[in-house]
Amino acid sequence: MYEFGFTRPTSVADAVAAMGEEDAQALGGGQTLIPTLKQRLAMPVTLVSLSGIAEMQGIQSGDGQLVIGGATRHADVAAGAGAYPALAALAGGIGDPAVRNRGTIGGSLANNDPAACYPAAALASGATIVTNLREIGADEYFQGMFTTALEDGEIITAVRFPLPEAANYQKFLQPASRFAMVGVFVAKFADGVRVAVTGASEEGVFRWGEAEAALSANFTADAISGLSVPADGMIGDIHGSKSYRAHLVGVMTKRAVEAAA
Amino acid sequence: MTKVSMTVNGKAASGEVEGRTLLSAFLRETLGLTGTHVGCDTSQCGACVVHVDGRAVKSCTMLALEAEGAEVATIEGQAAPDGTLNAIQAAFQEHHGLQCGFCTPGMVMSAAALLKENPKPTEAEIRHYLEGNLCRCTGYHNIVKAILAASGQDVSAIAAE
Repeated sequence: MYEFGFTRPTSVADAVAAMGEEDAQALGGGQTLIPTLKQRLAMPVTLVSLSGIAEMQGIQSGDGQLVIGGATRHADVAAGAGAYPALAALAGGIGDPAVRNRGTIGGSLANNDPAACYPAAALASGATIVTNLREIGADEYFQGMFTTALEDGEIITAVRFPLPEAANYQKFLQPASRFAMVGVFVAKFADGVRVAVTGASEEGVFRWGEAEAALSANFTADAISGLSVPADGMIGDIHGSKSYRAHLVGVMTKRAVEAAA
Repeated sequence: MTKVSMTVNGKAASGEVEGRTLLSAFLRETLGLTGTHVGCDTSQCGACVVHVDGRAVKSCTMLALEAEGAEVATIEGQAAPDGTLNAIQAAFQEHHGLQCGFCTPGMVMSAAALLKENPKPTEAEIRHYLEGNLCRCTGYHNIVKAILAASGQDVSAIAAE
């Protein structure tokens, strides 16, 4: 790693001030950022740790929603998001136990890895990303691979999930990295079904509108039997071709619907 | 350089570190606690697992300064002061849960975290929990058996490969 300074503020206000310095970089749990720094793919002047900010920790539920602090670790979501079982299960399936004890929901969403799990949950749930500056709807937040609506220095302080009537996440593991080769999150709300796909597209997480329309009319796996996503635009690599991933999108969506229904 | 202070295996420990100093480097190089192994340095292998405030973490993927004020437990603190192995270590010895031993510190620390969370895990739960700990010698069977034995459960049903 190149040298960098390090600061660990105890309030959002202090973190925002620290992020205002030149080439400051926020540090969530570091489970992606530290490996990135080791490979010298980033060269921040200062890392601003978000791990010491009590107001960004914890989970609250009520009024049909679940609010998770941006610095809440995957293991804590897995154990504490009982009000949204599909989300708790997703958090409990990220990485391995040691990774889940460090990695945070805000870090995952800010990074927006095209194969990360949380973006699928946030997009399928129609979650709201709460920052120090504003509230961003998931549909506006995700803007392509490793790209989000966050401005420089903006910090995710919380994520607000509306609670669906039924939901499920199905992940087909990439056998080496254990990230999602394809992951599909299906969430059924009173006003319709949302389907978000991670791991598959060169554009990062996306909603599968055709499946949403079919499932909103008939929430069964059979409802999407004739549907498929085009292979064009899917990720193709040594682990799976574009057409293989496109096929998996359908398979994992059906599995998620069956498990949720 | 910045001063960092933490409790390691019940004793106060401090040292001067850079922002980029990893917890694994602080433990090994500053404190001389070389029982924590660095295998891959890419957060895959789990040889460097220690406990920070009671939770298993990969110490090669955590900055030392992030552990300021924390309670850290390493493999050196697992046996009794007179050298008597704890139940997990004794079970690894009894059931031949290691060959070269390189992954063993991380395996023992992960096992300790698992048994604290889930005192009577099934074989499947043990295998699943060890997803982030790689062993290139044993084929895992005897590690799983050792952890099952350390939890006080019958191991006769586990294949003896």
